Amino acid sequence: MNTAVVTFPGSNCDDDARDTLARVMECSVKAVWHKDRLSFSDFDLVVLPGGFSYGDYLRCGAMASLSPVMEGIKEFAAKGGRVLGICNGFQILCEAGLLPGALTINAGQKFICKDVSLKVENSVAPWTCEWKVAEKAVFPIAHGDGRYWIDEAGLAKLKSQNQILFTYLENPNGSTGDIAGIRNEQGNVFGLMPHPERASELRSRDGLKLWKSIRSLGKVAS
Amino acid sequence: MKARVTVFCKEAVFDPQGHTLAQSLRQVGFPSVKGARVGKIIDIELGSNSVADARASVQQMCEKLLANPVIESFSFEIKE
Repeated sequence: MNTAVVTFPGSNCDDDARDTLARVMECSVKAVWHKDRLSFSDFDLVVLPGGFSYGDYLRCGAMASLSPVMEGIKEFAAKGGRVLGICNGFQILCEAGLLPGALTINAGQKFICKDVSLKVENSVAPWTCEWKVAEKAVFPIAHGDGRYWIDEAGLAKLKSQNQILFTYLENPNGSTGDIAGIRNEQGNVFGLMPHPERASELRSRDGLKLWKSIRSLGKVAS
Repeated sequence: MKARVTVFCKEAVFDPQGHTLAQSLRQVGFPSVKGARVGKIIDIELGSNSVADARASVQQMCEKLLANPVIESFSFEIKE
């Protein structure tokens, strides 16, 4: 599987994502800088990693969503290319309008760093098909701005279109509908606050199911 | 020319800072406080030639970057 991991100024989980994809999952991984203008058409997966792009200035992910690399990512996503945003990557995807809703400061105001239990809400290709619906997965979270917010109409739409992939068993941050991760309407863009790349080798290995779900489908037909 | 942009999260979105601030104000002797909201002020210096131009470009700045329309509302004033 041919993958790309984008580094923005302030990304700090980019190496973790590349290491997991390259060494644990034996994928080809290209390191992409946020100023690179690529078409991404040769890739099976583009990952926007966690971190604090642009120091979280203004709003988390706001500045990164306007980086030059995002033009290529938007085109890639519009053609059905698979894009995964983890933590700050999820915030960037929402800011870029590639996913609905927004992420804002945790209801308790604190930065939370701990393992959380997630419930698989939908078992769908190419993201969660290695799990059964309602199965539990343990991933770590590490965020201060992980409260997912969407209005009532938006939440109803997410539910009716099976766009919610993970919810928290115990909501740590006040997210609407206990949401931890959602996909777009077309299903090719997925964002989540918990870190699957930190649950792929040591301690929890539940993240492997995400990478296996993605890899099992190989290249996207275009 | 200067612009002062004010950004607040929408009423429907819980503002934990404002909530905590209101609690604190009540605790330190202001029991009449019913609520508080914490927002952002952004001052921008502009080289625009007219107030109309400045107004148009600040409106675009707010829509493109300064506020997230999903959770925030904004207002601004232009000073010559």
